[in-house]
Amino acid sequence: MACDDKVDCGRRRLIVATATAGGVAGVVAAIPFVASMLPSERAKSAGAPVEVDISKLAPGQMITVEWRGKPVWIINRTKEMLESLKKADDKVSDPNSEKPMQPEYCKNETRSIKPEIFVAVGICTHLGCSPTDKFKTGAESGIDADWPGGFLCPCHGSTFDLAGRVYKNKPAPDNLEVPAHKYLGDTKIVIGISQDSKGA
Amino acid sequence: MNAKLTALLGWVDERFPLTANWKAHLAEYYAPKNFNFWYFFGSLAILVLGLQIITGIFLTMHYKPDAALNASGVPVAFASVEYIMRDVPWGWLVRYMHSTGASAFFVVIYLHMFRGLLYGSYRKPRELIWLFGMIIFLLLMAEAFFGYLLPWGQMSFWGAQVIVNLFSAIPLIGPDLSIWLRGDFVVGDATLNRFFSFHVILVPLVLLGLVAAHILALHEVGSNNPDGIEIKKKKDANGIPLDGIPFHPYYTVKDIVGAVAFLMIFSLVIFFMPEFGGYFLEYNNFFPADPLATPPHIAPVWYFTPFYSMLRAVTVNFFWIDAKFWGVVAMGGGVVILLFLPWLDRSPVKSIRYKGPIFKSAVAVFVICFLILGYLGMLAPTPLRTLLSQICTLLYFAFFLLMPIYSQLDKCKPEPERLTG
Repeated sequence: MACDDKVDCGRRRLIVATATAGGVAGVVAAIPFVASMLPSERAKSAGAPVEVDISKLAPGQMITVEWRGKPVWIINRTKEMLESLKKADDKVSDPNSEKPMQPEYCKNETRSIKPEIFVAVGICTHLGCSPTDKFKTGAESGIDADWPGGFLCPCHGSTFDLAGRVYKNKPAPDNLEVPAHKYLGDTKIVIGISQDSKGA
Repeated sequence: MNAKLTALLGWVDERFPLTANWKAHLAEYYAPKNFNFWYFFGSLAILVLGLQIITGIFLTMHYKPDAALNASGVPVAFASVEYIMRDVPWGWLVRYMHSTGASAFFVVIYLHMFRGLLYGSYRKPRELIWLFGMIIFLLLMAEAFFGYLLPWGQMSFWGAQVIVNLFSAIPLIGPDLSIWLRGDFVVGDATLNRFFSFHVILVPLVLLGLVAAHILALHEVGSNNPDGIEIKKKKDANGIPLDGIPFHPYYTVKDIVGAVAFLMIFSLVIFFMPEFGGYFLEYNNFFPADPLATPPHIAPVWYFTPFYSMLRAVTVNFFWIDAKFWGVVAMGGGVVILLFLPWLDRSPVKSIRYKGPIFKSAVAVFVICFLILGYLGMLAPTPLRTLLSQICTLLYFAFFLLMPIYSQLDKCKPEPERLTG
């Protein structure tokens, strides 16, 4: 700052110092307001695990349950559905599930603990719409003639195979998320608890 | 005037610049005498803003921003809108005025912006008017978006879900930023409450301030006109522009004609087609929000669709960052690039009347692309439609980015000395 003889430099420095201190105080005072917009303690504690009975889930069927306010799909895949996964390997962008969109114990060909039972968060990794199931194959699906069955996101047209792997050149960047889940016996799954963890 | 009233006016004027402001902004604000049809939309925008504020105040008396389910299993917010529509005396009218007003606002604003584009109203010395106006446009989009969540229908919920998730595409800070915006890990009650707060207080307050700044800046430099020449260059002996006429009564009367015509059309929509075939109020929004199922086809309201198409048009990853982020950049860039218009146009003339064939064709291509993008944004994506939207997005950006070049190459006609009518 220029400091010529018309300016009282001592007072000018005092103004600069008080203005800086006032500015810092103003920014600090904004912190509680900004922080008040973060998830509340109640919202943070609302993520309890969910138990699902899948004994009545026939092959080829899908159920949707709510976990942490999100839809979670459980699909009992048929043999043909599992076969279709291998054919899709070169059409999907992350065939070997390299990106951490699933727990370690689901990083396999079917992205699941039991090959036929697929558990996934039904939220598109693009902008959070819930994709629609398109299990019918071929032209009947309305997608294209050699559609092997999978999911279509209605918002921006991303498509996923029956293991939630996203097809190449679609807006969605990642495969669908597989949540931590654990089998309690043969037909009961608890979502939100890791298979590795002990107890329920 | 009655002597006592004159004395009262004098008493006020000694304490508040009432007469001075009346003269500066109305009775002695000289506007070019050749304003045409396109000049209705500024005053109409103020009219719609007023309508939205008044109807909004009355809606707030009955609306409840609460996502919890009521005894019949319907979200309280959704039920309170139905209550306004069915049980509150004249509630349906106030609500339809507000919902139709939102769309009317964008019709008026898009036409107002197009007027600026046609006659070069953004050029020196009116850059700040344009900037204030563009920030108003941005805030208006935010206002419409926040307001659209409030009925808590399916489109409200999933629209908010998509738009808030746009922020999660920003590298590094994105995911935390979107949680901060939502106030929860999913769109929920916290989101609804804060959007209500933004919609009724934060955005309108800033909006009103900016509208004042927009008008003050305009009255500082004076209005542009269809010829794009400065009327202040030719003044009479009293310093009044030769081609200027006082805003009041000449343009106040003209604007009343515009307001009456507008209100007639506005009433027709409110009374006979308030949903406007699903364009003003989308059918899926008559279903309460369901966080477990996205409707089979979702699309934003018509005024967002051109930019939404740009978002969907980007399907290829660049560098190491996902296509998702670049889609958001294209969408945001489509809006932000408008801000730079005053510095992109290097043409020697302002008005389209004197610009050459290149600029005229460019504007035509731009308008066609914008309309196609808007149309495609309402439809479900198919490979062919995606390709078309990619072409239109490229042309949209080319219109702006190449403007410094083609606006200089163009063969312009000489501007007239005085207004031509």
